[in-house]
Amino acid sequence: MTNPKTEQKPILKVKKLGQCIGCYSCMIACASIVHRNFALTKSAISVKTSGGYQGRMVVNICRGCVKPSCEAQCETGALVSRDGGGIRFYPKKCTGCKKCIEVCMARAIKFDQETNKIIACIQCGKCVERCPHDVIEMEVR
Amino acid sequence: MSVNVPKIMLIDLTNETIEVLERGDLVSYLGGVSMGVQLLKEYGHPKENAFSPEQPIIFTRGPLNTIFPVVTKTCAIFKSPLTEELGESYAGLRLSMAMGMAGLMGIVIKGKANKPVVLNISNDTMKIKDANALWGLNTDEATRLLHDDTGRRGLRSIMVIGESGEKLIRYSCVTVDSYRHFGRLGLGAVLGSKMVKGIVIEGDIGASISNPRDYQKVYEEIYQKVNETELMEKYHGIGTSININALNDLKALPTHNFQQNHFDMANEISGEHFAENHLVKKIACSGCTIGCIHIALLRQKFGDSHEYHSSTVAYDHELIFALGTMLGIGNAQEVLMLIEEVEMIGYDVMSVGVLMSWLTEAYEKKIITSNETICSPEFGNAFVYREILRNIVQQPNEFYKLAGLGTDALAKKYGGRDFAMVLGKNEVAGYHTGYGNLMGQTVGARHSHLDNAGYSFDQGGEVTKEELVDKLIQEETDRNLLNSLVICLFARKIYDYETVVKALNTIGYEVTEEELRVLAKKTFIEKIKLKEEMGFSYEELTFPKRFFEVEGGGKKLNLEDAQELLNLYIKKIDELR
Repeated sequence: MTNPKTEQKPILKVKKLGQCIGCYSCMIACASIVHRNFALTKSAISVKTSGGYQGRMVVNICRGCVKPSCEAQCETGALVSRDGGGIRFYPKKCTGCKKCIEVCMARAIKFDQETNKIIACIQCGKCVERCPHDVIEMEVR
Repeated sequence: MSVNVPKIMLIDLTNETIEVLERGDLVSYLGGVSMGVQLLKEYGHPKENAFSPEQPIIFTRGPLNTIFPVVTKTCAIFKSPLTEELGESYAGLRLSMAMGMAGLMGIVIKGKANKPVVLNISNDTMKIKDANALWGLNTDEATRLLHDDTGRRGLRSIMVIGESGEKLIRYSCVTVDSYRHFGRLGLGAVLGSKMVKGIVIEGDIGASISNPRDYQKVYEEIYQKVNETELMEKYHGIGTSININALNDLKALPTHNFQQNHFDMANEISGEHFAENHLVKKIACSGCTIGCIHIALLRQKFGDSHEYHSSTVAYDHELIFALGTMLGIGNAQEVLMLIEEVEMIGYDVMSVGVLMSWLTEAYEKKIITSNETICSPEFGNAFVYREILRNIVQQPNEFYKLAGLGTDALAKKYGGRDFAMVLGKNEVAGYHTGYGNLMGQTVGARHSHLDNAGYSFDQGGEVTKEELVDKLIQEETDRNLLNSLVICLFARKIYDYETVVKALNTIGYEVTEEELRVLAKKTFIEKIKLKEEMGFSYEELTFPKRFFEVEGGGKKLNLEDAQELLNLYIKKIDELR
């Protein structure tokens, strides 16, 4: 008998937040590998400090919703839910209406001023490969 | 594949104007110190005072910043109010990343505001904000209030000065993103003289990658070297403070104002002790996977009924030297307490620590009395040093006003120059390893141990005088290339010339190793010329006698040999020009 869990695709998870040193390697990976751009505003994953450097590091990522609110808001079919959680993003269909950004409580969707389209995590895991401290992992839900 | 034309933002505070200049002519200077020196030649006034409103402050980054591992620094070039010659300083954390996001390779600030201001730079725009409410605030509060302002969190950089910079204390630092600093040579005072309390930089300029395959390949190679080899382990593990015990064992750890070369209580304030007992986290500059910024918990009692407050304080070797061994403080929490005080006021920690150790010895020798010091300085008494730190910025009498000018100025007036531990008017770093260290800081362009790492040549095998001078010149020349790219010097073993060429090639810079060597040498020589225009002369350099009274690294040094080395250095520099 096969375990239905193993058939699902993994999603990105923040596993060990306290180990984040704020090196931004994950953001550099997302911006440069996925979006082929050096600007970190192009990264779908965001590392920032909560309360400045005196505070703690936090990581904003797509939480891989099973029933994504962003998909429900998208009227053009640019965001489509994917097996295991999260969404597939079809940039050509995105009109830049920003409704998905407003509805995402995880603050995981950004807007690209240059393309007038959203920047959304496609759950590719490139950021995980570049994290030196095992803060993030790809895991089935 | 073409290279992006470097954009330089020129800010005129007097007229409240900005221009963003496209300086294609500066491409071959790459960035950092090489580009900064060109801009200083253009906008600087070498013969005028460091606080003259027209003197520029120049920030430059390099083309590899953030997009390659551990290329994280920003270079600041200015005229130093401490030495009245070339000011050059480096800081990390988010600044070079934020400048890159704003699409800027450099920022030149000249003129003077007519009231306290904060500069808010976003892409190629700038707002000048009234900062009367921030004037007088410590660096932590000023940073916190700017952080609470709207903006791109996580992608901004926030620079502030403390009360020290506002009061034009000549060795004031600029605090960058809470935990890093343009520490040396008084940039904070120059910003204060322009009435600039803080600068916030951010942006969202895209930069598409024209050759993603080659770029990712070279990135991966460097990433592997940084993370999978031992080349940078020293900085990741215990950190630079591993030097405390190492130098103590070598009898090369300056203690009690260099009266001793080792400290009985070194174990209590060693890197190992801090790591085991006080370290709470490590953080990294944007684009560095090492995370060398070691942060400790300072826990202080303020009431009898188990009342405590706590804060987090960054520490490193130089801080423990300046506020620990030099002042005879052998208690880690007390060292952290002094570090926090220095941070809040905004001094350069090395300068103020060395100054207080001179002050203590001068007081012991009755060169100065409590008429001057007000309190009773005493090696080992951290609480009296906290009082002195406050007195320097509050300037309650003529003595403390003079203390704001630096150790050299104090010793010139009161005496005690033999034990005023300055080289080229800059307070010295935490090594007493031998001639390499002594000469390195004496002849280095900014009189810093980081100019040429002279101390490292004392720890290798025996070298002749000629070999030592050659090594100092070669190392400083090579570092001018690293500082033009503005690569963290901790990664100097990763970024050899071959690696630098490969990295630059992937982003369109068609440079050869030979061209890079020529640029490094040119910058090395041009800095000397700029210094000379500002009044510097190798012939006028002197050594505090204390260097020859106490053995350094197991060797007795003598003035005659030091002078001979200096003469040889001058001769070699003349030949190089």
